[in-house]
Amino acid sequence: MRPILIRGGRVIDPSRGADGIADVYLEDGKVAAVGRDIGSPEQALVLDARGKVVAPGLIDLHVHLREPGNEDVETVATGAMAAAAGGFSAVCAMPNTDPVTDNQAAVGFIVSQAQRAAKARVYPIGAISLGQRGQQLAEFGELVGAGAVAVSDDGKPVVSSHLMRTALEYARTFGIPVADHCEDPTLAAGGTMHEGIVSTRLGLKGIPSAAEEIMVARDILLAEHTGGHVHLCHMSTRGSVELIRRAKEKGLRVTAEACPHHFTLTHESCEGYNTNAKMNPPLREPEDREAIRQGLRDGTIDVICTDHAPHHYDAKEREFDDAPNGIIGLETAFGLAVTELVETGLLTLCDLVNRMSTMPARIFNLPGGTLAPGAPADIVIADPKAAWVVNPATFFSKSRNTPFGGRQLTGRADVTVVRGQVVYQRER
Amino acid sequence: MSALSLGKDLVGLEPLSAEQIELILDTAEPFKEVSERAIKKVPALRGKTIVNLFFEASTRTRISFEFAEKRLSADTVNVAAVGSSVSKGETLVDTAKNLEAMRIDMVVIRHGSSGAAQFLGQRIRSNVINAGDGKHEHPTQGLLDMLTLRDRFQRIKGLKVAICGDILHSRVARSNIWGLTKLGAEVGVCGPASLLPRNVHELGVTILPRIEDAIQWADALNVLRLQLERMESGFLPSLREYNRVFGVTTERLARAPKDLLILHPGPMNRGVEIDSDVADGPHSVILPQVTNGVAVRMAVLYLLAGGSPDWAQGGGD
Amino acid sequence: MPSRTPLLDDRAFGRTLARMASEIVERSRGTEELVLVGIQRRGVELADRLKRLIDGSEGSNLPCGKLDITLYRDDLQTIGPRPVVGETRLPDLDGKTVVIVDDVLYTGRTVRAALDECADFGRPRRILLCVLIDRGGRELPIQADIVGTSVSTGPKDRVDVFVSELDGRDAVELVRSGA
Repeated sequence: MRPILIRGGRVIDPSRGADGIADVYLEDGKVAAVGRDIGSPEQALVLDARGKVVAPGLIDLHVHLREPGNEDVETVATGAMAAAAGGFSAVCAMPNTDPVTDNQAAVGFIVSQAQRAAKARVYPIGAISLGQRGQQLAEFGELVGAGAVAVSDDGKPVVSSHLMRTALEYARTFGIPVADHCEDPTLAAGGTMHEGIVSTRLGLKGIPSAAEEIMVARDILLAEHTGGHVHLCHMSTRGSVELIRRAKEKGLRVTAEACPHHFTLTHESCEGYNTNAKMNPPLREPEDREAIRQGLRDGTIDVICTDHAPHHYDAKEREFDDAPNGIIGLETAFGLAVTELVETGLLTLCDLVNRMSTMPARIFNLPGGTLAPGAPADIVIADPKAAWVVNPATFFSKSRNTPFGGRQLTGRADVTVVRGQVVYQRER
Repeated sequence: MSALSLGKDLVGLEPLSAEQIELILDTAEPFKEVSERAIKKVPALRGKTIVNLFFEASTRTRISFEFAEKRLSADTVNVAAVGSSVSKGETLVDTAKNLEAMRIDMVVIRHGSSGAAQFLGQRIRSNVINAGDGKHEHPTQGLLDMLTLRDRFQRIKGLKVAICGDILHSRVARSNIWGLTKLGAEVGVCGPASLLPRNVHELGVTILPRIEDAIQWADALNVLRLQLERMESGFLPSLREYNRVFGVTTERLARAPKDLLILHPGPMNRGVEIDSDVADGPHSVILPQVTNGVAVRMAVLYLLAGGSPDWAQGGGD
Repeated sequence: MPSRTPLLDDRAFGRTLARMASEIVERSRGTEELVLVGIQRRGVELADRLKRLIDGSEGSNLPCGKLDITLYRDDLQTIGPRPVVGETRLPDLDGKTVVIVDDVLYTGRTVRAALDECADFGRPRRILLCVLIDRGGRELPIQADIVGTSVSTGPKDRVDVFVSELDGRDAVELVRSGA
């Protein structure tokens, strides 16, 4: 493997509080050295990073790769490539595949597909319950042994508080987080967008904020009761942010994520019955969007994830009620984050890298998120000032379901390195 | 020649201006007269093909549209389609494309999903008329309600109209709220709080907590039908309780300070939201509503047909 | 440069109408079974005036109706905003001598539409056409039985009829396009 010298970039490493011009030298799949004017052997690949940011590769803790079962809309390989194009060196794949990833063979399958693709790393997340049916615990030990880094029934909430409790306790044995999709099924049933003035005008059944907050409160209480680590997926309401803030003040093992669409859009995007604005949890009110942004600033929300959810064009080309939930996000996340959070002065680039790389690695106990010597050579070289227009037709993802087509963004990944190999390099 | 046009489709009253709504109501007047003739036909839409695409069963609305179409000399076809895109296999997009391939001039659609009429209108060149989409709007019902009010009161501006019942699930309520507020009426909503949208006040309506309040306040009551499913999904305990607390009864009406006009979109649940004596009584305009329904629908078809697609060019895409 | 020429001033207007009224009675051989139907818009006012003139001299009380032909027009297929539809109210037409009254007879299409519409209301024994101005330029084989006055015009010319009920004065003017 050729060593790589990344020269002259602004190196941001929140894990060591570093932010300054430096070179980074990668050798044998690891970070060998970070410093000024590092020399390199002749055979090294030299990447000119002047004017760019050099950071540990981004890590997305929440994506849906649809393989096995729905390979027509995405596979582990295409998802891993889309991730790399977005600056991600690693993603965690949710288990709501078909069949569900609830056993070691299924976990092993994803691991091997990811190895074959050799793009971004893909860490499987195993199911909490068999078939995600919410009744019997899956074999966490086997799942972790095969490579799972967390468990979740995402797609669905864990309805039974008893099951959530036992999952949190049992997961402690293996040191993994339990990630919950917070949604009270009876309050949310039949709902297709946020319950508010827009849903009233459009005549669509709404999902009240309380549907999320009730489960957030429950999960926080159970985390307290069991001492387990609960990770709250895709937070969307100001009430949730407030609950998490208080839980962290008490020192509870509660972590939380938020998606770019929840800090960028509001329920107004559903006007005209735009199915690319339909996701779960839904887009909420401007005050909720603001609370998510503030939560990302003060650390109440630990990480940014995409909840990348590919769907076929035909599936979204339907009456709003019938369209499936979700949008893709791997290739727009960094640009949206820079445009909406950094350019507005809410976060510094260092804060952003923290939310998208260092913290994800830390809370899920993953390698990466740091440029300390000896760390894996997972790097992103990004241009934080690049102005570009989102064109879904050029995406590496198989799917195109995004509301951001045509949107002007600032900030883009230029090169992504995983295990010391360049897996993505943007064409000029 | 009126310079105002309605555009290609009628998907709701929310996108229309007050002038456009008044145009439709004014245009309905001569069409009332056509329905009184011995020969109830004028050649205005002769040779036009209109499909009534009903995904939800509805006898009265469909028949009303059918009469309107036939009295304008159009050729009509009724399609009783079933289910949603998911359950029936053929998507709404495919249905739309098939209709377009048959060179249909106009489609009247009733569908269970909010936004379905707009969805169809964006994908075919034919005129699309919304006969009720999910809980979103039922514009021709709103229009005929307004025409009926205008007949009696000679105006809409300043009228106090209370819509009574399940506002949350009602497209008739929404269309009435839009149409009436745009024409300057004051709209009140009255019903159990579990059947009122939480932010309904943001639509510019007054909330009247009890039916007695509505009766004291209003010039006219528009009484909505209560669906049985609401009991089953936990919004209301029982029909009996609804009638006892919210029913428009003769006793309650007797205490009205003025001669209240009573409207109902039908079909009625006699003895639930409205007592038979009231429905059949001297203040009820339920039957004139039906008559006006045909005239209003004729007016809408007539006005939209002015912008019909030119099939000779285009050649199909 | 368009030029405006008066065809009838208000006194000539009155004289012409009076002459038309007696012609109507003559052609209908009396006022029994006679019905006047004015075409919207100005035909309605003219029919009313004729009724009063005939009632005055014959002691009759002629039934008088109004007809809006918009829904019977043969150009409704064209794209564009829809013409406003006026009021139609007709007395019984069966077996009557119906005199259709209009202000200007030009292509003949309005009268064709009026004939179609009358047919939907009943079966007159006879229909006569009475117009204030015949400006030539027929596109259909239609002729007026009673004519106020004739003038020869080109397609770019215009004949303006003013009636005091709507316009404040009685007059007919010819506007030649001068092209």
